[in-house]
Amino acid sequence: MRTVPEGFILPNFGGPATTRRSDVETEAQPSAGGYSGPRKLVLICSKGNLDMAYPGLILANAAAGEGIETHMFFTFWGLDIVNTKTNADLEFTMIGNTAMHMSDLGNIKPGLEHWSMPQWMGRLPGMTKLATSMMHKQIADLGVPTVPEFLDLLEAAGVKMWACRMSFDMMKMIEADFHPGVQGVISATDFMELSEGAQTLFI
Amino acid sequence: MPINTIDGYTFTVNDEGFFTNREEWSEPLAEILAGLVGIDDLTEAHWAALRFMRDDQAKTGMTPTLRRMQTQGKFDVKELFTLFPGKPAKKMSYLAGLPKPVGCV
Repeated sequence: MRTVPEGFILPNFGGPATTRRSDVETEAQPSAGGYSGPRKLVLICSKGNLDMAYPGLILANAAAGEGIETHMFFTFWGLDIVNTKTNADLEFTMIGNTAMHMSDLGNIKPGLEHWSMPQWMGRLPGMTKLATSMMHKQIADLGVPTVPEFLDLLEAAGVKMWACRMSFDMMKMIEADFHPGVQGVISATDFMELSEGAQTLFI
Repeated sequence: MPINTIDGYTFTVNDEGFFTNREEWSEPLAEILAGLVGIDDLTEAHWAALRFMRDDQAKTGMTPTLRRMQTQGKFDVKELFTLFPGKPAKKMSYLAGLPKPVGCV
């Protein structure tokens, strides 16, 4: 690789892209047990609601695009995100969500877009379906893919996906139902090894 | 604004080092910059991605994200990661003489 001339400002592209953890580890000085390799991110996805699926998907996509080693661990209801029998039909409910606003209401009367919708409305028949379809539309309007398509994108970007052993057994799932991006079903101990030195987010 | 000089080419950049004026870019300059980001040779596949980025940015005023490269440009994301390893969207926008993409997805 050519050297950067003096005074030349080159954006940070993260050093040679060929750097792997093993290369860095051999160079790293022994420390007090701390991890000194390249940045690594582990996202624990524990919820199966539509609105709780996206934070993990978006962060994983951003991390992979930045050359960060990225893993996603799906546990409990989060397994619905990678289960092909359920992941096209994740839902959003306004029940228990006091921050439910409708931006369109502002067109009727300015200020109404900040109004929190009362909880009883969420219990009306069909409300979850309606709220879900509205959220799907808002997400699509931003050019953000659906959950199954998003998983395809993440797989192509090199994100590694893992399913939680206990949840998998508990919910009597079968591996054939998983999105092909799922690498395997792993135990809590495996997860500890996987997440060594990683920045970990629980979602 | 800082000015970068390399092999007789000069171009204005922002504090991070990205182009601020797409007209200061040229194909021979991109070949030189590719060497700085660890890409030895720009193949036709590289150029197809860079040209799409420039055309799309000229139309929308925004540097396309990887997702847009996939949906609008019909590029294979996995291949883009192979062609521009590490930070593909940033490397592509740099070599195409554009600001880095700002979209989330």
